[in-house]
Amino acid sequence: MKKLLFYMVTLAVISLLSIPAQAQCKGFAKKLCKLELTGYIHDGNYHAAILTEGEEAELYKTFYSGQKYRLAICGSETLPPIEYQVVDAYKNVLFDNRQQNDVGTWDFTLESSQQLKIIVKVPVSNQKAEFPNSGCVSIMFGFQETK
Amino acid sequence: MQQLYFKLRLFNLVFLLGLFLLNDSCKSGKNNQQGKDVGIEDFLSEEDIFDDIDKAKKIFYSLPSPLETAMLLKSAGISYSEQVLNDLANADKYSTNKSKALNLGIYTTDLSFASLFDQAQTSLKYMDATKKLANEMGISDAVDEETLKRLEQNLNNRDIVMDVISETFLNSSSYLKENDQQDVAAMVLVGGWIEGLYIGTQMIGDSPIEGNKLVDRIAEQKLSFSIVERMLQDNKVNLKGEENRDIIELINELHGIEVAFDKIEVQTSAVKVDDETVGDVTVLKSQTKIKVTPEAFKELQSAVQSLRNNFVQ
Repeated sequence: MKKLLFYMVTLAVISLLSIPAQAQCKGFAKKLCKLELTGYIHDGNYHAAILTEGEEAELYKTFYSGQKYRLAICGSETLPPIEYQVVDAYKNVLFDNRQQNDVGTWDFTLESSQQLKIIVKVPVSNQKAEFPNSGCVSIMFGFQETK
Repeated sequence: MQQLYFKLRLFNLVFLLGLFLLNDSCKSGKNNQQGKDVGIEDFLSEEDIFDDIDKAKKIFYSLPSPLETAMLLKSAGISYSEQVLNDLANADKYSTNKSKALNLGIYTTDLSFASLFDQAQTSLKYMDATKKLANEMGISDAVDEETLKRLEQNLNNRDIVMDVISETFLNSSSYLKENDQQDVAAMVLVGGWIEGLYIGTQMIGDSPIEGNKLVDRIAEQKLSFSIVERMLQDNKVNLKGEENRDIIELINELHGIEVAFDKIEVQTSAVKVDDETVGDVTVLKSQTKIKVTPEAFKELQSAVQSLRNNFVQ
């Protein structure tokens, strides 16, 4: 009986916490993540969600030749450093931030237009906790005006 | 008491089942990241990137935003014409959620286009039109008085103007997505994207398409069209499990463009990271083969014109 009550209370707390947390992703993306695009023009698109340790997300986008892009991926402080890879349609890994000291941004340009997939993963932290951490993860794109 | 105990047991069962499913979805989220041994001369069609899509994960589809669309047109050498923009007087006509969403996207692309060509007064008028539609859609903080003031004071500073446009679009899209209106956000994006196609195809008019950089840029939109289709399919049913009639109608309306794009070939090769990249910007080397006949382009031009005119009516 005590166990059941514990589950119920936990679930209620999680659902109550998730409402303001969802709304906070907008502020997180605008105030923190967008700063990573300094020197670039943010395209204005909003891609953010609450992810929990161990969860993954994917983003599909066409990138056009001649444009200089910056990809910025940020996670809340409650989360371990976000891992991400950029892959092409042939599943070639073009960029893996784990091999670049978990860097949050990547600048690139393309010789020809391509559809690319961005795979984002919230790793499971080493710290032992009763529940896995959740937090906002935002994916943003900036570009530079071609002269 | 017995009834309460039964309810609690049922709750426990549902909770445990939820935990099991969550665990299972995380397991299925593993990716096969083994790169294939492919050369730059091998080509794939525009649908192949979606082959191993995993619905258990959070999926984002990103279309060129109105600002990026306008930038792509400009970088392809397009010149400015006010004739192709949606008439500002039309802003009073839109009464349905769908027409407001589509035209919010359309006006934002027009605003971006005018701003990139330093059309200060036109930009202000189009910002007003986007503010009006956003307000009617309940997105009151998309364009606030402070934003308008910042725009007015910096009309000759293109960087600030673009930052303002980017900020207002971010305000709209984040509001819609965080208020469970992903379907409306998708319609705004589609409206803006179609407007970009419309401006591009109209500016080419009857000019020869051979060697025309703008024609190639328009043909490359086939790559984004497959993303449009996926994004709309994902929004056909709302969070309550009900059919979304606006989205289903929009998918049907896009059929003419789908048929036209089917007659245009766009194939992309594997991408290689240029090892001799100089500086901090990585160069991705690849090839894209585009095959478009004058007939196929005319068909696309006509399909886009018909759809866009239907949107702005």
